[in-house]
Amino acid sequence: MSVLERFAAGDIQAFESLFREHQGQVYGWIVRIVRDPSAAEDLTVETFWRLYQHRDRLDPNGNCRAWLRRVATNLAIDHLRRSKPAELLKSEPIDEKQMDSLEQQQVRAALRGALMSLSPKLRVVVQLVLIEDESYATVAESLGISLSAVKLRMFRATRILRKKLQQRGLQL
Amino acid sequence: MINKNEYNAELDRLRNDLQSAIPPIANTHPRRNLWPRLLQRIETPPLHVSFRTPRMPWFDWALLGIAATSLVFFPALIPALLYHL
Repeated sequence: MSVLERFAAGDIQAFESLFREHQGQVYGWIVRIVRDPSAAEDLTVETFWRLYQHRDRLDPNGNCRAWLRRVATNLAIDHLRRSKPAELLKSEPIDEKQMDSLEQQQVRAALRGALMSLSPKLRVVVQLVLIEDESYATVAESLGISLSAVKLRMFRATRILRKKLQQRGLQL
Repeated sequence: MINKNEYNAELDRLRNDLQSAIPPIANTHPRRNLWPRLLQRIETPPLHVSFRTPRMPWFDWALLGIAATSLVFFPALIPALLYHL
């Protein structure tokens, strides 16, 4: 009997095994989207709670990892929708090694501001593909949309970012 | 209209600029063991939700009442309301 089958039958130890196996991957994915460790922890717990709730409908031969990533992505996007952009900017880590000129700091602030002005569904694509270097295919699978839809979102996001930066006198 | 090469070059520039403004997340592991929190969540009984006493502030009820009364006395507002929804 596989771990998934035992979990579907209500075995809490099997659930713990699943949790230990996947928690790092789920947390790592969420924190790349929400960029806030404590929110990522809450959402990781929420993701596995959803898995526990749906255990009787789980396909023992299904891809648990893909299911978890899809749920984690949706929860993370919901979190971005609820959060204020200022809160998200506040949680950004500051790289102390960067001793920038005022101009460079302004450019970085403009980039952050432009990114935060995007809607969560566009921002997620930009963050995962351009900042975290995830592939379009991985992002498409996690969002439950086609590869071309991800590329279209990226195109739209780039257009908006270009416009926002031009309004601040910056060029891409 | 930009061609594919220009677009890809623009994406590369944007990637570099964004990564310098917002560095990729370095630590992708949780800071603590989350299993006890999950267990606690599982063991916590769900909140009792009563349909008789929904948790809605009194001013929401007042607004709802005013809106409903307005629609009763001024039915011409309904198309305008639907248009704006």
